[in-house]
Amino acid sequence: MKLLTGNELGSGAVTWWTGNGWSIHVEDAVDVGEGGESILHAEEGARRVNAPYIIDAIATPEGPRPAHIKDRVRALGPTVRPDLTLKPADPAAGDWII
Amino acid sequence: MYKYDNYDQAIVDARVAEFRDQVNRRMAGEITEDQFKPLRLMNGLYLQLHAYMLRVAIPYGTLDSRQMRMLAHIARKYDRDYGHFTTRQNIQYNWIKLEECADLLEELASVEMHAIQTSGNCIRNISSDQYAGAAADEVTDPRPWAELLRQWSTFHPEFSYLPRKFKIAVIASPEDRAAMRLHDIGLELVRKDGELGARVFVGGGMGRTPMIAPEINPFVKADDLLSYIEACLRVYNRYGRRDNIYKARIKILVHEIGADEYRRQVAEEFAHVKTLGIDPPLAELERISAFFAAPAFDAADVEPDRSDPDFAVWLDQNVKPHKQAGYAIVNISLKPIGGIPGDASSAQIDVMADLAEKYSFDELRVTHAQNIVLPHVAKRDLYAVWQALRDADLANANLDLISDIIACPGLDYCSLANARSIPIAQKIATRFADAERQRDVGELKLKISGCINACGHHHAGHIGILGVDKKGVENYQLTLGGSGAEDVSIGKITGPGFDEDGIVDAVEKAVEKYRELREGDERFVDTYRRVGMDPFKEAIYG
Repeated sequence: MKLLTGNELGSGAVTWWTGNGWSIHVEDAVDVGEGGESILHAEEGARRVNAPYIIDAIATPEGPRPAHIKDRVRALGPTVRPDLTLKPADPAAGDWII
Repeated sequence: MYKYDNYDQAIVDARVAEFRDQVNRRMAGEITEDQFKPLRLMNGLYLQLHAYMLRVAIPYGTLDSRQMRMLAHIARKYDRDYGHFTTRQNIQYNWIKLEECADLLEELASVEMHAIQTSGNCIRNISSDQYAGAAADEVTDPRPWAELLRQWSTFHPEFSYLPRKFKIAVIASPEDRAAMRLHDIGLELVRKDGELGARVFVGGGMGRTPMIAPEINPFVKADDLLSYIEACLRVYNRYGRRDNIYKARIKILVHEIGADEYRRQVAEEFAHVKTLGIDPPLAELERISAFFAAPAFDAADVEPDRSDPDFAVWLDQNVKPHKQAGYAIVNISLKPIGGIPGDASSAQIDVMADLAEKYSFDELRVTHAQNIVLPHVAKRDLYAVWQALRDADLANANLDLISDIIACPGLDYCSLANARSIPIAQKIATRFADAERQRDVGELKLKISGCINACGHHHAGHIGILGVDKKGVENYQLTLGGSGAEDVSIGKITGPGFDEDGIVDAVEKAVEKYRELREGDERFVDTYRRVGMDPFKEAIYG
């Protein structure tokens, strides 16, 4: 599967295309198939996302997981600061990253 | 400490206003990201893995308590309560919001700080010796020259779009504490027959093609120095490889045409530049130098009471001799065992600011090894300083030991990285957590980079580690024998790389082999140079 990701323009936060908007949670991301480029251009043009790009991902029961380690790290937060990730209260939240 | 004059303040304030307008235009959609990116980079604002990252310049690593407190305030107000001190004596904030950035820069400007030229193909922050003004072995204080270069290079119209970024280091001691010869230009201030001048080294650097800068001129008179450097830059600006980003640094130019030809061209250009009158008049040099006059040292030369064993260990490891009797140089290690090299919380930054104000004539330094220095502490105050540092978890007695690791942010933060650096540093430091073992190993500079750009200076590590991407999996190459000091050298790769746990084991095997082979007072790197790679390779790979 393919995901569309980028950053929020104002905050810089990592965001994922959900099919009808953007979420900071990769679990909300949807497969954009071959249609990613047109969504990318439309959303970037409307400044709803900054520096977007399309990545390969794998579908899992827990939701989509980026194929490359760099995007997996992006999806949750720095592995060395669990307190700064999206799920600071869950010590096992990053088990799938590395 | 240098103080801005009206001109300095005006250009920094104007730059903040200009950037505010640029941000507003970007937020309003009047300019695209492609148009905005070079503008934000010129103001030190990157887009990294998780958010925008702001790199704030700390000229030649020197700052006062008011500025240090501002760094803490920014960490607290605009970031997530911490900052990361870098290998170029700067500080980076990892969670900055674009929409707040102009306000942040305005607050920075109020204490004579900025983020200008911390990115882009221009002359970056001038780095220097963190012991400047305090070291017994310096021929002069290098900071006035670093400041002069800062002023000369700030918004230099001819050098704002160089083929590639450009880094200059200035030292004034035979002991190189600034990795001087691994810079695009390295200056060592020296005296010849009583006259002040500089040895000029050009074409050093790390990255994917590490090179040690050759000496281009053994003595440039101080009166000619700015013109000579201008000539060095002009030759590079004219002939640097703009066609290939991987060959665009000056080291490639000097290497390709040869040091002799480069030297000849610089001499020719210098003859012309010297007619332009850009070297400052003596009065301007004296004006700048006056800001760096020695503080009013008046403490009696008393040896501290060593009865507290933890204090005594710290004293021996982290406190260095000062040129003034009665004073000492205090190194604050930002490398707690298992911690993140170079990170400090806003509370810790405040503590260091308070200590500088109370005990170090209001001065602090940032080191390229990602530590902090209080340059002028009276020996009678050392115990009080240590107690305050201990209470703030800042009294790690590991300066220059194996756990005093330089590490770039790596794949935990950096969009360029291929592998994580910080967890490797944490695991190695934890493996060698035993303080006695570390001290027995002695000086061992371990440096880790998460990609070939080498921000973690791995080429210059006695032990260096380079993280690479091997088919989507982190892999780590090991190098031995590098040095960024006056015995400068580039490390050599041991062989095939390792996974995360394997690299920690490999480092331990190399260290134990050193302990087995060392003779007398040899450091790790000395033993390596004497016996060569083979015994280490055998120990590491079996």
